[in-house]
Amino acid sequence: MEYVIQAEKLSKTFGEFKAVDEISFQVSKGEIFGFLGANGAGKTTAMRMLCGLSIPSSGKATVAGFDVYKQTELIKKNIGYMSQKFSLYEDLTVKENMQFYGGIYGKSNQFIKEKTAAIIEQLSLQNEAGKLVGSLPLGWKQKLAFSVAIFHEPAIVFLDEPTGGVDPVTRREFWGMIYQAADRGITVFVTTHYMDEAEYCNRVSIMVDGRIEALDSPHGLKKTFGTDSMDSVFLKLARGAARSAD
Amino acid sequence: MGSVVVNNIVKTYGTKKAQVTALNGISFEVAPGELFGIIGPDGAGKTSLFRILTTLMLADKGEASVDGYDVVKDLKAIRKRVGYMPGRFSLYQDLTVAENLEFFATIFNTSIEENYDLIKDIYSQIEPFKNRRAGKLSGGMKQKLALSCALIHYPSVLFLDEPTTGVDAVSRKEFWEMLRRLKEKGITILVSTPYMDEASLCDRVALMQEGKLMSVNTPSGIVEQFGKPLLAVRSGNMLQLLRDLKQCREVEDAYPFGEYHHAVMKKDFSQQELEACLKNHPGVTIKAIQPDIEDCFMDLMKN
Repeated sequence: MEYVIQAEKLSKTFGEFKAVDEISFQVSKGEIFGFLGANGAGKTTAMRMLCGLSIPSSGKATVAGFDVYKQTELIKKNIGYMSQKFSLYEDLTVKENMQFYGGIYGKSNQFIKEKTAAIIEQLSLQNEAGKLVGSLPLGWKQKLAFSVAIFHEPAIVFLDEPTGGVDPVTRREFWGMIYQAADRGITVFVTTHYMDEAEYCNRVSIMVDGRIEALDSPHGLKKTFGTDSMDSVFLKLARGAARSAD
Repeated sequence: MGSVVVNNIVKTYGTKKAQVTALNGISFEVAPGELFGIIGPDGAGKTSLFRILTTLMLADKGEASVDGYDVVKDLKAIRKRVGYMPGRFSLYQDLTVAENLEFFATIFNTSIEENYDLIKDIYSQIEPFKNRRAGKLSGGMKQKLALSCALIHYPSVLFLDEPTTGVDAVSRKEFWEMLRRLKEKGITILVSTPYMDEASLCDRVALMQEGKLMSVNTPSGIVEQFGKPLLAVRSGNMLQLLRDLKQCREVEDAYPFGEYHHAVMKKDFSQQELEACLKNHPGVTIKAIQPDIEDCFMDLMKN
């Protein structure tokens, strides 16, 4: 089995506070991995370490084969990232955003040209390619942001609540794009507050108070906790949390 | 008479060349003491509507009243009697928890003691941190402080703009329990949310999309309006199943819905024909289900 993420007893402490407390897990190539937890459980801190933005306090981890202590620049080159908040430059056009991100990742003009054309075709944005991103409806922005996050064909893409506030139809189209990316071998690491979306993941981990309290397929989790919905699995675990924060 | 009456409100932004219609002829009424939900994705127009009703912005067209007061002529009267919790945290970050509450009480010419009863439930949870600056609070605590400040003058109508956005499932549940208890005290509550599953917690809801109300009804009334058979379908190969469902002649629409796919069927469809259409999925599970608000929302979006 080829692992794209391997974490072993990965921890981050701020003073006395154990934001992430010895989490261990692996994510396979092409897997859609749901990373769930209540606000304050430590998801963001864990993700920042995996993205090479924060050095762990202890433990081991590799992302795309690179070490999270020593090879953070190589990690950044080989991952994609998208969140609900940070996405694209609103005052650049659709095309300019793609050129910009392609350039940042050091892609050739030829690559950028071909990839831009392919994405515009895929999202049916022919009439919008020259328009400012700020003028697009939110649903389009999020789909475009995802395409841009995987523009450089990263080994793994981190999605931090990518569908927050998006309408239900677009939310499903977005997941269609996630499936296509996973099908091409891109590993997807995704957080969400929508429990129905947890069902779309191959496996789901649930963090409580800095630790991973459960990790299994949605089916397996429901079986273990004796319920028929991910919503109640989550509630059962998160209700036991001692801390709540953002 | 309605506690909130909205009649044909129109609001546009931008210049003539690049005009955005945020509200496109909105009308509805909220009864006194009602818990009324405005459900829609980002960009539907929810915040524009709240800003007009709380007299912070003028509509281009139409009229609206709150507690019988006109939102244009009687803005001072309205500001005295409504509570408003904006989507973005808007308290003073460099004042403490207690100072913020004190400030809002004073502004409204009242005191914390006078209406402590109303906020006790909520404020007591953050009272241990009353000397902490508001900017240093966690998201959940900020939300509780903002709600306390919006309630300190015992408003007759409470406007909550996306109070649960980005909040985890446990805290969302707790927040709605707080709203239920406030409703019992006779406060009319208008709450907006992008989460469809919160609709069932309201007395009535308005489903909003692109500046229009697609439906205003009780949650069960909205479900009854769906009017088409709905199936939940599951097999070993969900991706292929979705493609196959979309090809079936008797299926109007099919989309993923958590563990299952939902298939909206033509009226009087034949189960046998559907099974024949899905013959490549051995052991397929098919069951008839009631639509939920999200099914209804997607159906209305298509019209």
